Amino acid sequence: MVNEGKKRVWSDYQKEIADDHFFYVRSCIRQSFYPGSEQFFLNFLRNDLGKDVYENPSHTTCTGIGYHGDIVPFSTTQTVVARHFALMKESGYKNIAISCVTSFGIYTEILETWKHFPEELEKTREYLFKATGREFDIPENMAHTSDIIYKFRNEIAAKIKYPLINKQTGKPLKVVEHIGCHYAKMFPKHGVGGAEFPRVLSGMAEAWGGEVVDYPERRHCCGFGFRQYLVQANRGYSLSNTVKKFESMRPYEPDLVLTNCPGCNMFMDKWQYTAKEMEGMTFGSNGQSIPVLTYEELAGLVLGYNPWDLGLQYHMVQSEPLLRKMGIEINSEDKYRTKDGRQMPIPQNLINA
Amino acid sequence: MTGSVIVVGGGTAGMEAAGQLADEGFSVTLIEKEQELGGHVREWHHLFPDRRRSSEVMSYLKKRVEKVKVITGTKVESFHKKGREFIVSTGNGNSIHCDAMLLTTGFDLFRSERKEEYGYGIYENVITSADLEMMFNKKNVRLKNGEKPERIGLLHCVGSRDEKAGNLYCSKLCCVTAVKQAIELRETLGDSKVFCFYMDMRMGGALYEELYREAQEKYGIGFIRGKISEVSTNINNRLVIKAEDTLAGRPLKMELDMLVLMAGMEMSQAGARLAESGNLLTGENRFFAPADHHFGSNKSNVKGIFYAGTCTAPMNITETISHARSAVADIVSYMKNSK
Repeated sequence: MVNEGKKRVWSDYQKEIADDHFFYVRSCIRQSFYPGSEQFFLNFLRNDLGKDVYENPSHTTCTGIGYHGDIVPFSTTQTVVARHFALMKESGYKNIAISCVTSFGIYTEILETWKHFPEELEKTREYLFKATGREFDIPENMAHTSDIIYKFRNEIAAKIKYPLINKQTGKPLKVVEHIGCHYAKMFPKHGVGGAEFPRVLSGMAEAWGGEVVDYPERRHCCGFGFRQYLVQANRGYSLSNTVKKFESMRPYEPDLVLTNCPGCNMFMDKWQYTAKEMEGMTFGSNGQSIPVLTYEELAGLVLGYNPWDLGLQYHMVQSEPLLRKMGIEINSEDKYRTKDGRQMPIPQNLINA
Repeated sequence: MTGSVIVVGGGTAGMEAAGQLADEGFSVTLIEKEQELGGHVREWHHLFPDRRRSSEVMSYLKKRVEKVKVITGTKVESFHKKGREFIVSTGNGNSIHCDAMLLTTGFDLFRSERKEEYGYGIYENVITSADLEMMFNKKNVRLKNGEKPERIGLLHCVGSRDEKAGNLYCSKLCCVTAVKQAIELRETLGDSKVFCFYMDMRMGGALYEELYREAQEKYGIGFIRGKISEVSTNINNRLVIKAEDTLAGRPLKMELDMLVLMAGMEMSQAGARLAESGNLLTGENRFFAPADHHFGSNKSNVKGIFYAGTCTAPMNITETISHARSAVADIVSYMKNSK
């Protein structure tokens, strides 16, 4: 592997990422499954970096899951996204920060559609105005939230408390990064580093001391694939895709999987549980499963946030093996306690706990 | 004949035409941007279909330019026409006058790193057809770690017939080059397995089809109809490729030691620069557009400027030499009539 070659590719895919004043749009699922991710992002930007991040309470889904599940027509999706742009305009913002790769794919697809088919843009303006009386502007800057964390990766590295180094061996932790199909595969120019050798997550992992693993099924889908999972009869296909990917990374004994997309995180985490339950399969070293973290969770960990404040206990694959390697001290008794000290129910049969 | 002609580009077409123009009695100046004449052929090992050594072609061409004034290591930056005369500006600040110009600026190899999915420049054992010729020349076909490759894939149409790369045209020579190189790999490496991944086998030249048959029957080369979609490496640093075998109707995953990308041909940067400075028309394929595809393939849209060789379209050495000779006939006719 020649790193100079990768750097040349990355230099072709440098995108402009706004520095401040973000209109933040939420994901449908990540707050439910990985609540610490959003909390870290908002807290880090607002309180650590002093940035202005605004969230409009009237914001809705982008319809991405319905669109890719073939139940929402494209004209509806365009109009819903146009409404978000109208909310942004009304709130006085020009930089959109999108916190979901599915949504990011929807937004990029729509902006590219409007660029190449201006009649679609005009039609959408008309639909939105007739339905809501609203008007909108196209954002001046559009970034995925991982782009923003990537932009500030060195600021995080400067304050790092627990680098991605195995405390016992002194070697870099091995990181599998997965950017998700809808981040850059459709429109490589919208992703940091493009689609083939993306930089957005690998840049973070390396800045924080880790070593990125390049394995044969690196580009393969996480297994979600929308209809692969949403149509119940297809779920075996969804699972087999995830297993294929994990079998390909197994020889490298990765210490963690770092994800970009809430959907990928969910499937790469939860299908490991399923594969273990159904077939007794594990993919990490020493017969363990591989912790799957979002980029915000990882950023929080290296900065020294309490893992339970980051919500790592809500993953199916528990992160204790990773925390031990990083030398992070944890208090197991706090794992399922609320902030005011109440004991929550403790899940049974946790993986890696 | 009297008069002066400047030939821009010292590859096969330029050398052949310059020699013949000198034989006709013209004062000929051949300008080449590299330090040495010869163009791409200089670095090639063998030519198809008869496996003639490239050095033989080079010897022939060098003899052709013995009576020609040759300027190497000099770029032609621009030119303009004043009356019937052309004034050519070179990179070193000089100007040269002439009565006619022949552009033989050739082609540039498609930059294979643009097809990011193949990992050229990133995976050490992904090379191009031109890299392989240099290995043949050095008699050292080896992997980066010095070991002998045992399984080798050759991928056709890299940067050709590829809308995404902006090249709709066929580069025409890559299929037969792949067949020739596959045979040479089998001869050089003995027990190796060699696979060609192709879209269509375009073997439309004299003895090409025979070579293709020989590759299958005598050398056991595998021809798989399907393009490679992506390349990666496994933990043993072997290449892992994904493709679709469209004849079998199945996806295919294969480990290889080495992958050779059959890089296509593109209009040279030097040619593009002259097209812009001289208002010369180019085609959809970005090569120089001849005044007439049937009756004026050497003529341009500017009187007194002529083309020869691969600056107009991909062509092999035989066609290039013929095209250079026909350009000379057109130049002779132009010089006679312009007196």
